Amino acid sequence: MLSERELERYKRQMMMQGWGEDTQRKLKRSTVFVAGAGGLGSPVSIYLAVAGINHIRICDFDSPEMSNLNRQILHDHTRVGTNKAISAKQTLEQLNPDIEVTAFTDEITADSVDELVGDAEIILDCMDNFPTRYILNDCAIRKGIPMVYGSIHGMDGRMSFINVPETPCLMCVFEASPPKEVFPVVGATPGVIGSLQCLEAIKYLAGVGTPHRGKLLVWEGMNVSFRSFNTHVNPECPSCKGVR
Amino acid sequence: MAVKVRIPTPLQSLTGGKDEVEGKTGSIIALVDFLEENYPGIGERLSEDGKIRRFVNIYLNEEDIRFLKAEETEVKDGDEVSIVPAIAGG
Repeated sequence: MLSERELERYKRQMMMQGWGEDTQRKLKRSTVFVAGAGGLGSPVSIYLAVAGINHIRICDFDSPEMSNLNRQILHDHTRVGTNKAISAKQTLEQLNPDIEVTAFTDEITADSVDELVGDAEIILDCMDNFPTRYILNDCAIRKGIPMVYGSIHGMDGRMSFINVPETPCLMCVFEASPPKEVFPVVGATPGVIGSLQCLEAIKYLAGVGTPHRGKLLVWEGMNVSFRSFNTHVNPECPSCKGVR
Repeated sequence: MAVKVRIPTPLQSLTGGKDEVEGKTGSIIALVDFLEENYPGIGERLSEDGKIRRFVNIYLNEEDIRFLKAEETEVKDGDEVSIVPAIAGG
């Protein structure tokens, strides 16, 4: 049941075609895993929270730093030195007290990932490195749940809805990690890609629209270009070969 | 008609800031050599020992060349080639 306050809070999204109270109740029964409470994790978790996703499991072992604050809008200068997942929980519960947020301060590893993701129905990849993305990818395959991949650099971004065996997995799309670097970025860039990732998750949980599956979205902010490329299953993929 | 090559932002410092340059018909690896002749330094960013680097995806129109004929994929007049390196930031 939706409370009077919830009916008022979500009124404008329930007005959308194919939405209504039934769809809102689906969101109220949903659990998601947000991997990373940084640049992408900020818009992703904020929009999930205010959309009324019932339970957000958010994980980050790192602490906010001053140089994060141009983009990591879950945090402010008073939270520097705290933990990002705990800071995220404070912000999200302030924004929407009707949802549940669980903060995990662990590092996502091959050993810890299954328990951290828990009973989430979808993984939001908001990481800043490929080795951890591949760990999440493997977990999503094992659990048979989708993962929304996103990554950014400067004013560029990538996004794809991955749901094995229906789609190629992340390892099929990007078979190797790029070299490590401190990447340049302006806050609006994760704003763009994180919002798209969040919308993909909301659509999936609500059962509306068509996900960006089997395709890689490539956004270039400098020239406002959104292009999509087809992705394919690698029959020799070390991550998903066994489940096809 | 010609071959269009879309250059990603991190490599535009090698193409004088251009996000699109002219390529040539032939194989993808020949196209990389052609780009290197015109924009020195770009070749090693894209390939190593005649193979495209594993963290760089190259698309012929909308298709990933790894699922065509990889480095030997033929580029024809009117085709668009897009260089899409993996980016890790989040």
